[in-house]
Amino acid sequence: MAMSASLARRELDVQRYPLIVVVLVPLAAIFLQVLIPRFIPKFDIIDLPLLVTIYFSVGWRNPIAGTITGAVIGLVQDALTSRPLGINGISQCVVGFFAASLGVKIDVENPGTRLLINFAFTLLNIGIYLFIMHRMLAFNVRTNWLHEVIKAVINSIVGVFFFDILDRVRPRD
Amino acid sequence: MSRYKNILFLVAVLLVQVIGLAVQVRRPNPNGGDGKTVRLIRYWAISLMSPPEKVVHGTGTGVRGMWSNYLDLRHVRQQNQELRERVSRLQLEQAGLLEDARQGQRLQALLGFKEHYIYNTVPAQVIGTSGTDQSRILTIDKGSKDGLKPDMAVITPDGIVGKVRDVFGHTSQVLVISDQTSGAGVLLESTRLRGVLRGNALGQPQIINMLPDERVKPGERVVTSGGDQIFPRGLPVGVVDQMVPDTSNPPYMDIVIKPAANLGHLEELLVITEASDRMPPTAQQDMAQSAAEGAAVSKQRASDILAERLPGLSDPNALADPGPGQKPATPATPAVLPPLHPPPALHPDHYTPDATPPANSLTPGQAVVDPKYAAAPKPHVSETAPAKSTAESKTTASKPAQDSDAEAPKADTGAPVKPKHPATSATTTGQEAVPGATHPPVVKPKVPKVTVPAPEPSDGSNTAPGIAPAASPGDGSQPH
Repeated sequence: MAMSASLARRELDVQRYPLIVVVLVPLAAIFLQVLIPRFIPKFDIIDLPLLVTIYFSVGWRNPIAGTITGAVIGLVQDALTSRPLGINGISQCVVGFFAASLGVKIDVENPGTRLLINFAFTLLNIGIYLFIMHRMLAFNVRTNWLHEVIKAVINSIVGVFFFDILDRVRPRD
Repeated sequence: MSRYKNILFLVAVLLVQVIGLAVQVRRPNPNGGDGKTVRLIRYWAISLMSPPEKVVHGTGTGVRGMWSNYLDLRHVRQQNQELRERVSRLQLEQAGLLEDARQGQRLQALLGFKEHYIYNTVPAQVIGTSGTDQSRILTIDKGSKDGLKPDMAVITPDGIVGKVRDVFGHTSQVLVISDQTSGAGVLLESTRLRGVLRGNALGQPQIINMLPDERVKPGERVVTSGGDQIFPRGLPVGVVDQMVPDTSNPPYMDIVIKPAANLGHLEELLVITEASDRMPPTAQQDMAQSAAEGAAVSKQRASDILAERLPGLSDPNALADPGPGQKPATPATPAVLPPLHPPPALHPDHYTPDATPPANSLTPGQAVVDPKYAAAPKPHVSETAPAKSTAESKTTASKPAQDSDAEAPKADTGAPVKPKHPATSATTTGQEAVPGATHPPVVKPKVPKVTVPAPEPSDGSNTAPGIAPAASPGDGSQPH
């Protein structure tokens, strides 16, 4: 009885989005991500596609959906760079999986929580990305950790406002 | 099993991607770039992003064009005048450099060096970026249909930008020099140090693995070396910003470069589609035109300069030359400058102007002896140093003895002998060097007055009227 009540609450909390939103929002995020740095070069420190992955994964609370979302968005990002395909795909599918798993257990509507999970998942994404680059592919790239931490802080702050905007495209019950 | 469904799914997705990564790294395309499958996925992604990017770019360009056209029309006449003046100035500068360039080409031809000139370029517009600071990639609106191929150099008039990486039908990806996987051969212009340029973690281009060198200073220009076979030699890259130690590879240093091209705000680029060892016809035409115009202007300038100076030479109001040693009169007009004369000699001798008698008063075959030296005859001191001042003794002590022996007959005969190093001799004798004044060489007065019969010159080459031939053995010097 108690288990069925918990499942019912979980089902109620799961966010459902129209298909067009699910397709267009990631595309729009990727599009803005490749377009805005043309005019504002420093904008590339923000990772809008990663924030979209976190947002949908946390909202769906389904690890498989989060994994697929992260993998697809990451692969599209990889395709637009000069790096091998799969680096962002791997890191973002891991982020999507854990974001969805975390969304089941904590309240993700709170701005403070959103700030923390955005910071943590941005750092996780950077860590996995650099691990793949250095350890798996043995690419001779250098890392400025201070830059990466600043990047995580900025992403977490931007993520709070970005999630608030994305909440508006969510259908009301 | 259903309990582990999620984690199994994650592992499966990760495994597929890891295998995909391994295949890409293990089997790179032998022709460079990506494999067929990877290229296809990139093509889909680019095709997905390019149309809206082109729409946004076109809309922005149109709106900006309308506004800027209006603004440009307001100032077009002034800008046109400025540009004409600039073109004229550049043509003159080019004419000045023309001869150096030709000489350089001749020397390169002698060395068998093949210079690569930019023969053909394709202008392109930047329509997008990679969107991440981990990969510095630009998307441009020109592709294989426009003649682009991988590894073509991409530049702006300010400096190099990068190279073409992947080429699609109507778009291409450009790898910028600030990317960590890029590479370009560069040369420090003044120190001539060569190195490899690539990006760092902060997106700044830097020359890696350089040994510490004190000669490298911030502000030194960096140009392409041409060794990478992508960028033609001599294109500007940027200037040295700072030198930082390579923490992972001591004692090497990295030289951070401030790029000449504004890599953050790139809009229009030039893709070098053809480089040749001959100069493009347009450039040859420009150089010929510059040379002609430069010659005309130089001729005109020379005549202008002469026209300005000639009236001064024949100015009827100019004062008469007062001659050396005389105080010039006050000029009638301040614009006319009095002619200059050297100051009077402190120690006049027979080299001093007006000290030598005119040629028509001389008797052929008879030596002219300065009465100053003829006044103190010391015929028996020729074997040793004569009585001189202390300073002169010090000077002659350091000189070989044969010098004084060799110069003695010339002084005796009165031949115009020029001291070998007047300034040096003046300094060593403790006298102040006076411009225009010469000092007598250190001589050994032998005979106060010598009359030598005039010889008949056998070949007429070594002697002149009034000058005696060499009177002592070992004197091989000739009058100058």
